[in-house]
Amino acid sequence: MAKNLVGNHIRKLRFNHHEMTQQQLADQVGVTRQTIVALEKGNYSPSLELAFRIARAFHLPLEEVFFYEEHTEEDNK
Amino acid sequence: MTYQEKKSIVSLISTILIFVAYCLYKYPQFPEGGLDSTETFRYWGSFVLVLMLVSIIAHIVISIVFNIVFRITTGEKEPTFADELDKLIELKANRISFFVFILGFLLAMGSLVIDKPSQVMFMILIASGFLSDVTGSVTKLYHYRKGF
Repeated sequence: MAKNLVGNHIRKLRFNHHEMTQQQLADQVGVTRQTIVALEKGNYSPSLELAFRIARAFHLPLEEVFFYEEHTEEDNK
Repeated sequence: MTYQEKKSIVSLISTILIFVAYCLYKYPQFPEGGLDSTETFRYWGSFVLVLMLVSIIAHIVISIVFNIVFRITTGEKEPTFADELDKLIELKANRISFFVFILGFLLAMGSLVIDKPSQVMFMILIASGFLSDVTGSVTKLYHYRKGF
């Protein structure tokens, strides 16, 4: 069965934006640090609204922060 | 480990401790009369009501103490709001929790159908309430650690 995931470059972008901390990003986009941790680990696909807020925090278009990846069982073999 | 993970663990441990301590306190007070006497029904009624009250108060006190300890030990402030991930996890935990309780409720009603004493029904109801609480906390912990 295919497992769809929304991947992201948040960790890399944070470091490129004056080494922004997870808490600073969380405060900017209005979520808890736990959610940023989950996003960076790839454990959570954000809502469209949150994805836009994060992209706006980095002054980048959505597709430069998030990408769509499709993992199939064959990929994992 | 984040605030939410720690809070789930504290909630799980406190739920178990409160329930076990309360059962140990109430067990010796079980009335001597027949199994279906009025006194027995009063006992089970007060068992459930007082357990709910004690549980709510204890959870509030433990939550306050936990927040104070968390601030002192980590130097961080606890989140003052629930974001979209928190709400999703809360919903999932509630759903599983209700499912466990409903299963227990059906079992309790089933025990009456097969002519088990009424105290069996109360025991199943109370146990399912406890288990649903534990399942909710475990579900939260699982999703905070593994993602959603």
